[in-house]
Amino acid sequence: MLTFVLKRLLHMIPLLLGVSLLTFLLMSLAPGDYFTTLSQNPQISPETIAALKAKFHLGEAWYIQYYYWLKNVVCGDFGYSMAYKIPAASLIFGRLWNTFLLSFVALVLAWCIAVPLGIWAAIKKDTWVDRFCSLIAAVGLSVPDILLALLALLFAASTGWFPVGGAQSPIHDLMSPLQQLWDRIHHLILPALVLAASDLAGIMRQMRSNLLDTLRADYVSAARSRGLSEGWVIYKHALRNAINPLLTIFGYSLSALLSGAFIVENIMAWPGLGRLTLEAFFAKDSYLVVDCIVLATVLLVVGNFIADLLLAWSDPRIRFK
Amino acid sequence: MTASATPESIDSPEQLPQWQLFWHRLKRRRIAMVGGVVLVILYAGALLAGFIAPYHFDRVDNQNFFHPPVWPHFSGVHLVVTRYESMPGSFVYQAVPNDTAPVHWFVRGDKYDLFCLIPASIHLFGTGDSKYPIYLLGTDQFGRDVFSRLLYGSQVSLSIGLVGILISFVLGLLIGGISGYFGGWADTLIMRWCELIMSIPTLYLIIALRAVFRPNISSVQIYGMIIIIYSFIRWAGTARIIRGMTLSLRERQYVLAAKSMGQSNLKIILRHILPGTFSYVIIAATLSVPYYILGEVTISYLGVGIQEPSASWGLMLSAAQNTEYMRSFPWLLAPGVAIFITVLAFNFLGDGLRDAADTKS
Repeated sequence: MLTFVLKRLLHMIPLLLGVSLLTFLLMSLAPGDYFTTLSQNPQISPETIAALKAKFHLGEAWYIQYYYWLKNVVCGDFGYSMAYKIPAASLIFGRLWNTFLLSFVALVLAWCIAVPLGIWAAIKKDTWVDRFCSLIAAVGLSVPDILLALLALLFAASTGWFPVGGAQSPIHDLMSPLQQLWDRIHHLILPALVLAASDLAGIMRQMRSNLLDTLRADYVSAARSRGLSEGWVIYKHALRNAINPLLTIFGYSLSALLSGAFIVENIMAWPGLGRLTLEAFFAKDSYLVVDCIVLATVLLVVGNFIADLLLAWSDPRIRFK
Repeated sequence: MTASATPESIDSPEQLPQWQLFWHRLKRRRIAMVGGVVLVILYAGALLAGFIAPYHFDRVDNQNFFHPPVWPHFSGVHLVVTRYESMPGSFVYQAVPNDTAPVHWFVRGDKYDLFCLIPASIHLFGTGDSKYPIYLLGTDQFGRDVFSRLLYGSQVSLSIGLVGILISFVLGLLIGGISGYFGGWADTLIMRWCELIMSIPTLYLIIALRAVFRPNISSVQIYGMIIIIYSFIRWAGTARIIRGMTLSLRERQYVLAAKSMGQSNLKIILRHILPGTFSYVIIAATLSVPYYILGEVTISYLGVGIQEPSASWGLMLSAAQNTEYMRSFPWLLAPGVAIFITVLAFNFLGDGLRDAADTKS
């Protein structure tokens, strides 16, 4: 198991290097940079701009810039945000935490709803429960995240039960710690629900079809013929085998989850990494864009790593391969 | 793997009955057929957008911002529309009683190019009188007809899926086939590259790729750009799966036979290996068209895709970004409903295809 973990961890290093190199290359291909807009400002002298450019190695070739960037990142310095005029690290980690929080809560919500529903639908195959669940799945798979997020905003605005966007209220700093916690949760509920809803349908369908497959297997018939109770057969024999392919789905669904979070953040004004990426993109703050993309990739890669660990833990065949 | 068209039968004369069998199984799935019919209607609407839409997509009605939807109704034997008047200084409209105009068929109106080629000005329906507008889905913040823009927008949003699928699947098939067939360092290199692309969350990668193109490019260029970006991202997943299938297909006897007869590698890949993956490819392609549609919608919504005054579903939906607009003028959400219906139809059709191809059940 330890060699498996180590191998997977070592595998992540070239991957992240490749991703950062690719994003850096893409950003260097972009026409114009932050200074193009800055140089149009008559209040800023060309000397200032030249000095700034030299300070951040922006006049150099992209691979030299990459070298400096990489050197700094290894030391924990994520560069300087041109648009916000502060070190990128102080900006980025708060946003990373917000994205993580949103995605994590949505993930937990989605799985806690989808797995039981999928099991229920499989057990009650071809009844109204099953049909209702497949209706939810069909709708859930087809409704675009954007529409769902907009409808959630509409719901929040017309009922007033939830705040319309944002991660905390303006008077957050004046509240007592308990109020602050509730304030954060209150703001989190709706975006997390929207994000969970888009993830839920796929998991539910997968769970249902997995369980149906294992219920058809010979060992389940054997267990039944031994006179075991149906609940025991499902829990002990069918379900445990049906969960396995679902863990693979878990790894795959993370990418969609992060992209979904990107949309939800931008529509519902959740100050996460996706929102920051888009802001930085529009401001042509290229270091910040690279930082954001690399960190989002880290989030995904670590998530996949955890998915692999879970899979290896539940299926010895993978561990010993 | 699904087994409707087993690789052995692809090049043999028994191919036809196989497909007929498949068609019969598909026809029995009513929901898939409904999906298919809806898609035919939607695509026909996109093709004939200029003719069906009563107005041009950027025709601005300065008198009627946020005009509510107006539906023709029968007055005696004639279809008529009622005139609406706005309260001064507000966007609240009220129907003017007994002030109606008849709806005509094949009426002359705004100029357009049918199929982007033939200049025309005949519209399927309309009043022919700008005092009596016929806004089936209301107007937007610039006084443009939402229904007409929806039809014009579908030209962008619906076609992007088909073109994107075509490019990314051809790329994925070829690269995946080569990778799996030859193996070795090319395989390793290609698979590492796929892994790299797939480990960046899609939308973040899109933003990075978007940065490469200039911000102010024409709508046609943006259309091409969106297809390039999405094809660049989506071929990787296809290539990986095709590679896996090729790995098993290349061990089949008929491939060995072709090899021993001295056929070239390219010919073996194109004629013997890739056809074996077709049933998977058709189903996967149907199910991934929505990704392209949603992709265009997302990047146009976020303001980095199709730009005003062109119409696309994502761009139109961004008008609903303002919560106050959305509450007062809910018809601005119409493009969202259109997207939902389209994606649902594709999913129904795709699921039906998959079930029909699955001979196990």
